Amino acid sequence: MSSITQETIDQVEALGGKYEAGFVTDIESEKAPKGLSEDTVRFVSAKKGEPEWLLEWRLKAFRHWQTMPEPTWAKVNFPEFDYQDAYYYASPLTKNKPKSLDEVDPKLLETYEKLGIPLREQEMLAGVAVDVVFDSVSVATTFRKQLAEQGIIFCSISDAIKEHPELVKKYLGSVVPYHDNKHACLNSAVFTDGSFVYIPPGVKCPMELSTYFRINEMNTGQFERTLIIADKGAYVSYLEGCTAPMRDENQLHAAVVELITHDDAEIKYSTVQNWYPGDENGKGGIYNFVTKRGMCEGKNSKISWTQVETGSAITWKYPSCILKGDNSQGEFYSVAITGNYQQADTGTKMIHIGRNTKSRIIAKTISAGKSDSTYRGQVKIMPKAINARNFTQCDSLLIGDQCGAHTVPYIESRNATAQLEHEATTSKIGDDQLFYCQQRGLSEEAAVALIVNGFCKEVLQNLPMEFAVEAQKLVAISLEGSVG
Amino acid sequence: MVQIKNLHASIAGKEILKGLTLDIPDGQVHAIMGPNGSGKSTLSYVIAGREGYEVTGGEILLDGQNIMAMAPEERAAAGLFLAFQYPVEIPGVAMTMFMKTAINGIRKQRGEGEIDALDFLKLMKKKQAELGMSDEMMKRAVNVGFSGGEKKRNEVLQMAMLEPRMAVLDETDSGLDIDALKVVADGVNKLRSDKRSFLVITHYQRLLDYIKPDVVHVMAAGKIVKTGGPELALELEKTGYAEYAA
Repeated sequence: MSSITQETIDQVEALGGKYEAGFVTDIESEKAPKGLSEDTVRFVSAKKGEPEWLLEWRLKAFRHWQTMPEPTWAKVNFPEFDYQDAYYYASPLTKNKPKSLDEVDPKLLETYEKLGIPLREQEMLAGVAVDVVFDSVSVATTFRKQLAEQGIIFCSISDAIKEHPELVKKYLGSVVPYHDNKHACLNSAVFTDGSFVYIPPGVKCPMELSTYFRINEMNTGQFERTLIIADKGAYVSYLEGCTAPMRDENQLHAAVVELITHDDAEIKYSTVQNWYPGDENGKGGIYNFVTKRGMCEGKNSKISWTQVETGSAITWKYPSCILKGDNSQGEFYSVAITGNYQQADTGTKMIHIGRNTKSRIIAKTISAGKSDSTYRGQVKIMPKAINARNFTQCDSLLIGDQCGAHTVPYIESRNATAQLEHEATTSKIGDDQLFYCQQRGLSEEAAVALIVNGFCKEVLQNLPMEFAVEAQKLVAISLEGSVG
Repeated sequence: MVQIKNLHASIAGKEILKGLTLDIPDGQVHAIMGPNGSGKSTLSYVIAGREGYEVTGGEILLDGQNIMAMAPEERAAAGLFLAFQYPVEIPGVAMTMFMKTAINGIRKQRGEGEIDALDFLKLMKKKQAELGMSDEMMKRAVNVGFSGGEKKRNEVLQMAMLEPRMAVLDETDSGLDIDALKVVADGVNKLRSDKRSFLVITHYQRLLDYIKPDVVHVMAAGKIVKTGGPELALELEKTGYAEYAA
């Protein structure tokens, strides 16, 4: 009797408690009127007190957006998104902008603590400077002062527009033009906040810079815009983490990230994304339509993307590198895990323009449940890219027999000196592997987590240490209940 | 310690074990010999609880407890160990990581806390040294790039780390040259104690020169057909299995 009761409790808990970040913070917020029009764009721009040139740019983007069809080439299926049935701006109501964390609404801080990022502790102990985006407005930026002493600018993009307009004007849209694709276009029209980083010549950023994004308000798209510039000889490692509370509606997230490296500079950009993926019946979840692109502008520069994608109902994301400078390098390390009814179409583009440019792609795809996952990657060698080299490795791991994994490489070489390698494997978690682990004392779930973490190791080891541990746990959590 | 009573088991509807009975007291080493296809490996999998083997009759008791309804990991926590004939590769998972996860998996089931990281490393070093395995090997992924001999030594290492009550060795001698065989046998012999029993499954008498059994069984067509002392193994070496063929 008592064991049955306990079992029932466990089951109920299992149903409700799967998504640990699924809670809603009750804070009054200020929203733009529902729907998307030039007025919405003007509203957003006015709320943020933006200069005229930026409003003009937004309006150009919006007008162009209206003419663009939805991209349909990705292998994902979803009902048409009703852009008029969403809010494009939500800001927590605070009278004045906080000057320090003490002035930040304690409820916000509580939210972050639930997510496991106690700001204060991070500020004090971890040496991680965090720019937190809560819905659309950046509420607190830590460590800004210490960074400023070295000339590093790390702030919200709204602040950057006010305080460093010359930099924003020079680089915004320089890698991802406003007309690039439908989602990037929408972002350009209505982006609300995001992070801005500038590392001056010769400076190695002494700490990992980090942003946690979080969608809280119901029916609000989050359109953050991130711009990172590493000037000559500079280095920065940037971490981005995302969570969203549970909602039945499908929320739209259309972000744009632009990276620029000048001569001898390097940017390492790491993402751990666990937006709400929808429930086990495929209801709800985030539509994650993101444009991320880096420009290796200078010679010997390097851009490295590492991503762990476990969340979102639909992921549409191709962090790319344009290798313009001679000897520049692009890297893409990716783990994409899908379960239940999740769909992911993700990969990268490596465009080789300069001489002796190198790129490396390691993509690991894990599909479970009834999910569908596609690696889509393009390697393009332009005529002047003498001695360009690319190595691509795509490995897919299937769990169960109702999921799908697809690899779609596009390779185009217009220079005969190019060396291109492509390797791809597809495997299933073997019964023999599971049994071996179980015989040694691991539960089936622990065995799956161990095997999958092993499968992803090459990618996970590229994450900064503290993130790698978090990502390993996330891998285990996102596959819970996927076997048996 | 282990009692197997009238065990019947099938794979995909085909009966492989046909009423097997075996009794292994504390501290004893029993050997099972028999021709190919007699069901020796099936027996080891059924004891360990592998999925896909349907037990249609009989039971297995470990320390008096019926283990038939237990999952493989629960049997491991109860003190059962299987040294695999073909150890499985797990790419990307370092041996030390695997071993620590295994030990903690068992400790968790037993309601004990996680092993102290330093204690674990000390234990690992000690057992490694006994089997002549290098630190470098322990950094490699589980069984990936291991030679046949290294894989078998690795099985014995895991056994030494997990300190089971009952260990089943499934053709641990297959594919080993004489030097590797000695190392593996030494490892097993070091683990012999009056609190631990072994079931050694082999084709050849050779292994039993190094791991001296208390009792030898002959298995044929899914049953134990003859039981005797160590001399039975020598006899088999001369006569072969012809007379037991089904």
